[in-house]
Amino acid sequence: MKEKRFWLRTVILAIMLAAIGYTIYSNVFVEKKAIQVGDSAPDFVLTDLNGNKIQLSDYRGKGVFLNFWGTWCKPCEKEMPHINSQYNVYKNEGVEVIAVNVGEAKVTVQTFVDRFQLTFPVVIDQQDQVMNAYDINPLPTTFLIDKDGKIVDIITGTMTEEDVKKYMERIKP
Amino acid sequence: MEQVKCECGHVNPIGTVLCEACGKPLEEVPALLDMRYEGSARRSQTYNKTIIDKIWNFFSSVKVGVWLIVITLVASAIGTIYPQQMYIPPTVSPAEYYEQQYGLLGKWYYALGFHDLYSSWWYMLLIALIGVSLVICSLDRVVPLYRALNNQRVTRNEQFLQRQRLFSRAKVKHDETAFRNVVDKLTKRGYRVREENGNILAEKGRFSRWGPYVNHIGLIIFLIGAMLRFVPGMYVDESMWIREGEIKEIPGTNGKYFLENKKFIFEVYEKEKEKEAFQAAIDRVGSGMMAKNYQTDVVLYERVGPVVAGEEPKLKKIKSFSIRVNEPLKHDHYALYQVDFKLDELKSMSFHFTDKETNKSFGTITVDLIQPEKEYDLGNGYKVQLLSYFPDFYFDENGNPNTRSKVPNNPAFVFKMFAPDRPKGEVSFTAIRQTIEPLGNNKYKMAFANIETRNVSALTVRRDFTLWILGVGGAIFMIGLIQGMYWNHRRVWIRRMNDEVLVAAHTNKNWFGLKKELEGIFKDTPFVMPIDQADKRS
Repeated sequence: MKEKRFWLRTVILAIMLAAIGYTIYSNVFVEKKAIQVGDSAPDFVLTDLNGNKIQLSDYRGKGVFLNFWGTWCKPCEKEMPHINSQYNVYKNEGVEVIAVNVGEAKVTVQTFVDRFQLTFPVVIDQQDQVMNAYDINPLPTTFLIDKDGKIVDIITGTMTEEDVKKYMERIKP
Repeated sequence: MEQVKCECGHVNPIGTVLCEACGKPLEEVPALLDMRYEGSARRSQTYNKTIIDKIWNFFSSVKVGVWLIVITLVASAIGTIYPQQMYIPPTVSPAEYYEQQYGLLGKWYYALGFHDLYSSWWYMLLIALIGVSLVICSLDRVVPLYRALNNQRVTRNEQFLQRQRLFSRAKVKHDETAFRNVVDKLTKRGYRVREENGNILAEKGRFSRWGPYVNHIGLIIFLIGAMLRFVPGMYVDESMWIREGEIKEIPGTNGKYFLENKKFIFEVYEKEKEKEAFQAAIDRVGSGMMAKNYQTDVVLYERVGPVVAGEEPKLKKIKSFSIRVNEPLKHDHYALYQVDFKLDELKSMSFHFTDKETNKSFGTITVDLIQPEKEYDLGNGYKVQLLSYFPDFYFDENGNPNTRSKVPNNPAFVFKMFAPDRPKGEVSFTAIRQTIEPLGNNKYKMAFANIETRNVSALTVRRDFTLWILGVGGAIFMIGLIQGMYWNHRRVWIRRMNDEVLVAAHTNKNWFGLKKELEGIFKDTPFVMPIDQADKRS
């Protein structure tokens, strides 16, 4: 009888502990995002400012530094030149940059690109489709995608040039 | 298991206060018995050996449960002192906002998670612990209570009877007709009467004792439903802004569904347009002051073929619908609710290419404010280039024109105007009620001509597979509540001892009702109406 009671209580407590643990863990310690580190990056197709189609899946075998930004976002503006200069170093080592603008007018984006003389492809997510797929909330958000299309890390907030370098190093194939 | 044997022969679990069978007190008890849980052994309070037992016993205490509820209430109250995160301006960082607005208290408010109370780990833990307390408290009480009620005998111990609140003892001659009469009356009033050697146990409404436990089962189901919301796919709660004429992906549908906003309609009650009966009411609030309808006419599309985000979707029309407040568009378990709107957002602006001196116009351009053209050719050598576009213009801290967002709230343009006599072009910065000519005096200007506006509608996207669980939990909760509230568990014992008759009665609530009932039953019989011993004492 005593044995039985002990095990019954243990089982009931364990079940409740598991349920509570899961709830709190999935709520507090996991970002409530549709997309997470370790997932494979959702494929997308967008057109860059020169009219070329950029498809993520074409970049398999290379590391992709996927940056979401807007011209009005000051932190984005700060990190863009860093990304640009590091891109010039790492493009020869198999790291590509795709900068996804969050659906602004082409003229506005073009002005920005000209101002900072960005050399990597800048695409515009006109219908918010890619933003929805990547569940973008704050800007800027950067996804580090490795050569197999897996998301290695998700970075929100401004990056210093040092950070950009470090991140590009991580996805170097 | 250790056990206690009563003199009646019944074997009780250790810790039992009143014998399950005959009711004889097995421990020191007060003169009036505490009948909660029938004096059964709450096992948790008797075994305290392993760590599991200790945890179990902690949660088995009602006192602990009440404290958990009190702490949760206090936390919830504190959470209302400053606004929750969802109500602060979305553009500011909450970490800074609370400190700036409310000082040191605000800083701690944020640090401790009060700003987003329902999502803070410790609040969730409190709710979860209340759940644990509910389960363990209930289990620890319902099982012994069931045992005690199931094992109770008709013939009860003298001590048990005389220590009931309602009790009488009198010399009564045995009278079979009178006895039958009482049994009949009890039966007529819904009592189930059991007899044993001329003794009686009459009982009704025992199921009301299970009310609190049924209620708790409902609560637990409700909590499980709430928990399932965190399981991916069970619960979607998104929102979208969509302009008239736009086709947009519906967020939360993984790119499967698209929505077109045909038209947003906002109507008010106006004096002339309503029936006579409403005139007085309209006069009271003022004509045109009361909203009548918020409506978005939409078309729902499904994407055909594989989903590649960003690709121009192939769409199949599913249905047209008018979404109104409380009349959502429902499809595939998704529901789209009208939630907000914005009237007259700028859609396009027109300008005349004008000679400043003669005011002669050389043509008109219309600039779409979402996707403006790079160049507008007016013919005859007149053309306009758009060098920069700021949809939500302001001068930033460096004095440069910039945009606050991508919403055309305050559009500004840098135009370059070409004319046959100005082949190199003139640059003009044009904003609303503001023109700057950064490179000296121009001959031409872009004179504001016209604007076009459209409405924007905000919709909430919901899919909730937990709703029915919450419904079932809520229903069971109510059933338990009703069960425990509107029925009383009443018992009447009559025991003949030698030439005396002992009458005792017990109810779990509404003693007044029981007394009235007993008066009716014992009237015109030789039995003596039991006296309320609690009255006598005070």
